[in-house]
Amino acid sequence: MSVLDRKLARDIFRLRGQLTAILLVVACGIASYVALRSTYRSLLASQATYYADYRFADVFASLKRAPSSVADEIAQLPGAAAVETRVVVEVTLDVPGLDEPATGRLVSIPERRRAMLNDLYLRAGRWVEPGQSDEVIASEAFAAANSLGVGDGIGAVINGRWKRLRIVGIALSPEYVYEVRGGAAIFPDNRRFGVLWMGREALAPAFDLEGAFNYLAIALAPGAGESALIERIDRRIERYGGLGAYGRDEQISHRFLSDEIAQNRVSGTIIPAIFLGVAAFLLHLVLSRIVGAERAQIAVLKAFGYGNTAIGAHYLKLALVPVMGGALLGVFAGLYLGNALTGVYTQFYRFPLLRYEAGWDLVAAAAAISLGAAALGALTAVRSAVRLPPAEAMRPESPAKFRAGWIERLGIARFIGVTPRMILRQAGRHPVKAVLSTLGLSMAVALLLVGRYFFDAVDHLVAVQFGEIQREDVVVVFNEPLGAGVRLDLQRLPGVLRVELFRSVPVRLRHEHRSRRTSILGMPPGGELRRLMDRDGRPIQMPQDGLLLTSALADLLGVGEGDSISVEVLEGRRPSRNVIVVGLVDELIGISGYMNLAALGRLLGEGETASGAFLGIDQRQSALLNSELKRLPAVGGASMREAILRGFDETIAQSLAITTITLVIFACVIAFGVVYNGARIALAERGRDLASLRVLGFTQREIAAMLLGEQALLTLAAIPLGFAVGYGVCSLIPMAVASELFRLPLVISRESYLFAFAIVAAASALSGLVVVRRLRHLDLIEVLKTRE
Amino acid sequence: MGEAERGAAVFRARGLTKIYRLGEVEVRALYEVDLDLYAGEFVVILGPSGGGKSTLLNILGGLDAPTSGEVVFRDHDLTTADDAEMTQFRREHVGFVFQFYNLIPSLTALENVALVTEISADPMDAREALRRVGLADRMDHFPSQLSGGEQQRVAIARAIAKRPDVLLCDEPTGALDYPTGKVVLEVLAHINKELGTTVAVITHNAAIAEMADRVIRMRSGRIAEILHNARRASPAELVW
Ligand SMILES: Nc1ncnc2c1ncn2[C@@H]1O[C@H](COP(=O)(O)OP(=O)(O)OP(=O)(O)O)[C@@H](O)[C@H]1O
Ligand SMILES: [Mg+2]
Repeated sequence: MSVLDRKLARDIFRLRGQLTAILLVVACGIASYVALRSTYRSLLASQATYYADYRFADVFASLKRAPSSVADEIAQLPGAAAVETRVVVEVTLDVPGLDEPATGRLVSIPERRRAMLNDLYLRAGRWVEPGQSDEVIASEAFAAANSLGVGDGIGAVINGRWKRLRIVGIALSPEYVYEVRGGAAIFPDNRRFGVLWMGREALAPAFDLEGAFNYLAIALAPGAGESALIERIDRRIERYGGLGAYGRDEQISHRFLSDEIAQNRVSGTIIPAIFLGVAAFLLHLVLSRIVGAERAQIAVLKAFGYGNTAIGAHYLKLALVPVMGGALLGVFAGLYLGNALTGVYTQFYRFPLLRYEAGWDLVAAAAAISLGAAALGALTAVRSAVRLPPAEAMRPESPAKFRAGWIERLGIARFIGVTPRMILRQAGRHPVKAVLSTLGLSMAVALLLVGRYFFDAVDHLVAVQFGEIQREDVVVVFNEPLGAGVRLDLQRLPGVLRVELFRSVPVRLRHEHRSRRTSILGMPPGGELRRLMDRDGRPIQMPQDGLLLTSALADLLGVGEGDSISVEVLEGRRPSRNVIVVGLVDELIGISGYMNLAALGRLLGEGETASGAFLGIDQRQSALLNSELKRLPAVGGASMREAILRGFDETIAQSLAITTITLVIFACVIAFGVVYNGARIALAERGRDLASLRVLGFTQREIAAMLLGEQALLTLAAIPLGFAVGYGVCSLIPMAVASELFRLPLVISRESYLFAFAIVAAASALSGLVVVRRLRHLDLIEVLKTRE
Repeated sequence: MGEAERGAAVFRARGLTKIYRLGEVEVRALYEVDLDLYAGEFVVILGPSGGGKSTLLNILGGLDAPTSGEVVFRDHDLTTADDAEMTQFRREHVGFVFQFYNLIPSLTALENVALVTEISADPMDAREALRRVGLADRMDHFPSQLSGGEQQRVAIARAIAKRPDVLLCDEPTGALDYPTGKVVLEVLAHINKELGTTVAVITHNAAIAEMADRVIRMRSGRIAEILHNARRASPAELVW
């Protein structure tokens, strides 16, 4: 080992605390990079292979009933490569071990061959056998959530008759990677909603769909235009009760998965960038200080003939040690975390095989990024070491220059003590350093705030949705629209206190060249269970006539209050009318329209009918009601608010815990890195002054205040700045993630602000105290004797 | 030593001027200095503080560049040399001893010397160099564990270990007591005699001048006078 490297080794040992702090910041950056990037890749690759191997369709369409021959016509359409027809119906399930009724989506599969599109991956058991009408293959998410396995039975109400189904297989489908029901149910509730695949020959007759179908999946020919094909399909299936074809972008599982992947990519860029930026700044701080302190040593090296390369390399190596150490640690931690994160994803997104892929190029990229950060951080310090004129450097550095500054100019000097004055001057002497330190700390605050924001937003969304809008305890959906008389039947069920009927109609809304598939919900005026809210959170009275639109839908269509839009009903006689938009409704989930139940009946030309009802119940009797609902022939599905909320809270609580731990670690590492290094450097620069003050009779505590005052000041400045940055970032998120499925409100709770403040303040205080311990060992004699 | 016995000029400086500009004020650290240093001679530079001694030595040693004038070392023109050439020149030919020792605090005495021998073409053994300055038993001590005089002796060992052609010493005894100062001077005289190294020593101590071949007095950036000693005293004879 060369002597210069031996100096390096000793310098590293001497600076171990500071270098460790930097190492940890780099490690966090690289770990988050590797973890998020590898997860992103794994998801993307798994999605691509899954879709390709199991032939995920490109276009989807629901319709009322069409004869099988229509499928051949559609297969002939230009742009269609393959067509698979199906029967899809929703039924009420009685799941063993589950009190409330669940909703099962029965999807037909061919018995004698594999599906051409949206094929199943059989995880366990076997395919259904022809002629066995009670055999089903259950989706893995549903089976796992309810601890069901091959051989278990489930009760189902199929076309009015109670029937026992037998699970013969557990499977996955590219159509249900993210398995949710849709509509307002956009968060997974795998206990109460599940897909069951059933033989076509068994399912079709039960719903009078023999030789017919009610669902289409179409593969696009290579190079064909999607929207053109959708239009052709719509024209073909209109007369069969087509509900409008749509592409993958409106396919709910695909949409969620793709959004998640895209989001992963963004976080995988921003979070590492923050850490590596902080790391580069800390390196700059530490190296500049060292080069400054070692001016004379550098000059000697130069005097004896060490070249610029050797000297530059010496300090660059010092930068590389924590960075490469951090990169190494970060790569391993990142691979571990990436694997774990991928595992978490498999709970929400079901793949046959979510292969975790990292790859050497990712490791190489991590190394390159860290090298970049090291170079960036070391640049100025190394350059000043190289540029140092040797003769000049032989003289001691001139005493720090202080000028009367803004404290004096403002004339406030008289009002503040000497210690605060020193602190303010110290911070003011290196304004760039002070600003960067504050920025670094504010990143810790912002990170905490943004991380918590997602939970605040979802919390708020749920509170509004289930506290203000969906106040019903139970929603029942009928298999077919029923007359208003059904109210009495429902009223007679045990525990039912209040019944409000509704009518949901699939429609296509058009305004000028824009159109959207959605549904209109007809509700009685004066309803108390389901309410509509305006932008300010006030309930809206259901008007006698006209249409209310969620503002997101109004934006999509480019309409406002008072505009007339065309409503094409997609069922029954499919009337088409112009309706006036009489108001806007503010809702965070979905896009839909609302009308007075009576007005909707007039529009449909069918008098007052109901496709379902909202129930207010006596919770004490819910068990009884549940078991009744499970077997009511007319009911195609029922959902319980309580159960939904419970399931939701469990899911959220788990990921909130994981996220919170990660964020706290991240924020503490940044705060420690910035404050510890700042205080150590202050100690190195001012140790002599502080020792002199001790000699003059200042107490330990007083000089600690002088030493840490600057860091405390910077931390205090960083907190409001971090709040502002965090709020700014949060305000961008709703725009970025807004979709037709849901919109995030811009809500940050007071607890989150408090949390961010407390974590960063505590981490800073602790980091400072670590340095204060060194003041006890301040050698008064040594410091006064030696020349800096 | 007479003119005839003197070797060829190793340094030839003509019109050396160094001006520091501090805002409005100009400080003439050196002004129109002409000087030759010869191979194997021992030169002492005397003069009041601020007279330009260190400035001159730094320029001769290739640590600094003059504002104008020229310096030639043998056949190298130092005034036109670039940074890399200056580094090479210092590495091959010059040994420095500084007023403030300037040891690397994180390296032991031995390592401080080895730092230089490692990059020299024909160095002496680092231990040997330390033995010559009487520090054989302190080799593994760090600078903070050594007294000022011991540190200065390490600095001298570091400077001579590479067997330089010229040894430039800026107040090498400034911080030392009488006996230690003598040890240091004896080492310098010994190197000069044994290896034929050209030695230039800056000092405030006029007594040291007696051991020189020539004594150069500087004042206000100029050479005030140059004295030739008829006889060089040995360090042991010096009294101050
Ligand atoms: N970097 C500099 N900037 C400004 N002035 C300088 C600088 N270096 C030297 N000087 C000035 O040049 C003059 C000569 O300095 P020099 O260090 O050569 O004196 P010296 O003879 O070595 O003095 P001493 O015996 O005190 O070491 C002094 O007036 C000094 O203040
Ligand atoms: Mg001097």
